[in-house]
Amino acid sequence: MAKVVKPSVLIKGTKDGLLFFLDDSLPFSIVLNELKHKLLHENASHIWNGPDMRVQIKLGKRQITRSEEQDLREVFSARKNLHIHTLESDGIPYLLDSPRKMEMLTGTVRSGQVLSHQGDLLLLGDVNPGGCVQSTGNIFILGALRGLAHAGSDGDESVIIAASIFRPTQLRIHNIISRPPDEWKESENHMRFAYIVKEQIAVDKMNHLSHIRPEMEWKEIGRKFG
Amino acid sequence: MGESIVVTSGKGGVGKSTTSANIGTALALIGKKVCLIDTDIGLRNLDVLMGLENRIVYDIVDVIEETCRVDQALIRDKRCEELYLLPAAQTKDKSAITSNQLRRLIADLRDQFDYILIDCPAGIESGFQHAIAGADKAVVVTTPEHTAVRDADRVIGLLEKERIATPKLVINRFRKQLVKDGGILDVEEVVSILSVDLLGVIPDDEHVIRSGNAGEPVVWNSASLAGKAYRNVARRIMGEMVPLLVQEKEQNMLVKMKKWLGFA
Ligand SMILES: Nc1ncnc2c1ncn2[C@@H]1O[C@H](COP(=O)(O)OP(=O)(O)OP(=O)(O)O)[C@@H](O)[C@H]1O
Ligand SMILES: [Mg+2]
Repeated sequence: MAKVVKPSVLIKGTKDGLLFFLDDSLPFSIVLNELKHKLLHENASHIWNGPDMRVQIKLGKRQITRSEEQDLREVFSARKNLHIHTLESDGIPYLLDSPRKMEMLTGTVRSGQVLSHQGDLLLLGDVNPGGCVQSTGNIFILGALRGLAHAGSDGDESVIIAASIFRPTQLRIHNIISRPPDEWKESENHMRFAYIVKEQIAVDKMNHLSHIRPEMEWKEIGRKFG
Repeated sequence: MGESIVVTSGKGGVGKSTTSANIGTALALIGKKVCLIDTDIGLRNLDVLMGLENRIVYDIVDVIEETCRVDQALIRDKRCEELYLLPAAQTKDKSAITSNQLRRLIADLRDQFDYILIDCPAGIESGFQHAIAGADKAVVVTTPEHTAVRDADRVIGLLEKERIATPKLVINRFRKQLVKDGGILDVEEVVSILSVDLLGVIPDDEHVIRSGNAGEPVVWNSASLAGKAYRNVARRIMGEMVPLLVQEKEQNMLVKMKKWLGFA
C-alpha cells in the first residue's frame, strides 16, 4: 500500500505570476525530478505554453549550492515563457556557498609593486610594466593592464582576467603561465579577457565572455506590454 | 620658508644633474634664492656642470661631520648672485651620511633659501633614500625609453610610499623624429603610463652636452631649445601656466595646463 505522498512541488498562481514552493524535507534530487515531471510532461504542455510569466521560487528552509541552482534553472529553461524572477529561502541566503564578494580598489600598481588580494578584485587604475596583481579570484581591471596578472592563485581554474586595455607582459591563471605573442597588433589594444581552456590560457574579446561563461550571463525578464 | 625638491630618476644618466643645474639656475635668474645640493657622494658632478669645481674647499660630508659650518661649504655661483651649491664629497661613499642628518641639514637651509634642489644619485638604494629624506616635493626625470620609464615608475611608487607630494615629470632628451618612426615613446604614452603631471619636455640638444663640458648650464644659452624648455620648467615650478613646447617651435601645445598650477 503506497502512502499518500504529499507533492514536493506546490504551484500557486498570483497576480504577479507563479509561486513555486519546493518542499525542504525531501532530498533536492527528488524535488527536482518532480519539478521536471510537472514542467516537461507532455500533458502539461498546454498549461505551460502560455504567455510570459514571472516565477518566484521558495525553497523553504533549504539552502542550495551553485550547481544545484544551475540544475534548477536548467529545468525551468525548458519552458521559454517562464522567467525566474526570485529564488529565496526563508530568512536565509538561498546559496550555501556565500556569493563571491568583489572588492573595489583604486590606484596605480607601479613597477616593483605587488597587489595581493583574496577573492574577486575590481581595480580602478593601471597595472604598469613590472607591477603585479595577484588574486585568488577573478581580476577585473578598469584601466590598462601592462604588467603581470595572476588570478585564481590558490587553485581556482574557472576565474578570468579582464582589462579595458589589455597589454599584459604575462598572465597566470592558477598554475598556468602564458605570455602574449611577440607581435601585438595595435588593433588588439582593447577590452579583453583571459581564461583557461584545455589547460591553456586563451584571450578573447569581452563580448565573447557570455559564450564561455553562460552561467554568468544576465538575462532580460520578458515583459508583455498592452 | 623654502621648499625642497628632489630631482630623481631611478635609471642613471638620464639627466638628473643636468636638470638640477638648469632648473636651479633658471629659478635664480627669475630672482629666487636657490641652493643646489649634490647628494651623489663619491660621484660628484654638479660642481662640474656649474663650472665651480675649482672652488670647492668643504663638502656636504664636512658639514654633516661638523668639520665646517654650512655657510663655509656653500659655494656662490660665479654668474648668479642668488645661487649656491653644496657639493658632494668625492672621496667618501654613500654611507658617510644618514637620512636624518640630511633632513636636519635641509631644515637649516630652509630659512635662507626659496628653493633647495637636491640632486639624487641613480638607483634606489641608500643614496636615493638619503636624498629623498628631506624633500617636500619630487621631480622625476625620464627619457622616452622603456627602461627609463620603467625605473621612473618604480621610483614614483617609492616616493608615494614616502608620502612625498605627487611627483612631477620631466621628459628629457626627447626627439620628435624618433617618435615618428616608433623608435621612442611619445610624450602622451609616457605620461599615460606614469600617470603623473608633466612639468616639461626637454629636447635632445647638443647644446646641453657642450654647456655641460663648458661648466655653464644651457639656460644661459638663449639660442638653445633645451635652455628654453628648462626656463619654462622653472616657471611652472613657480606655479605659472606656460604652454608646453615640444621641440619644434610650431608645435606649441597645451597639455594638462591647470594641473601645473598645483606645483607651487
Ligand atoms: N637634453 C639633453 N640633450 C643632450 N644631452 C643631454 C641632455 N640631457 C642630458 N644630456 C647628457 O646626458 C649625460 C648624462 O646627464 P646627467 O649627468 O645630467 O645625468 P644624471 O642622471 O645626473 O646621471 P647620473 O645618474 O650618472 O647622475 C650628460 O653627458 C649630458 O650632457
Ligand atoms: Mg648625476
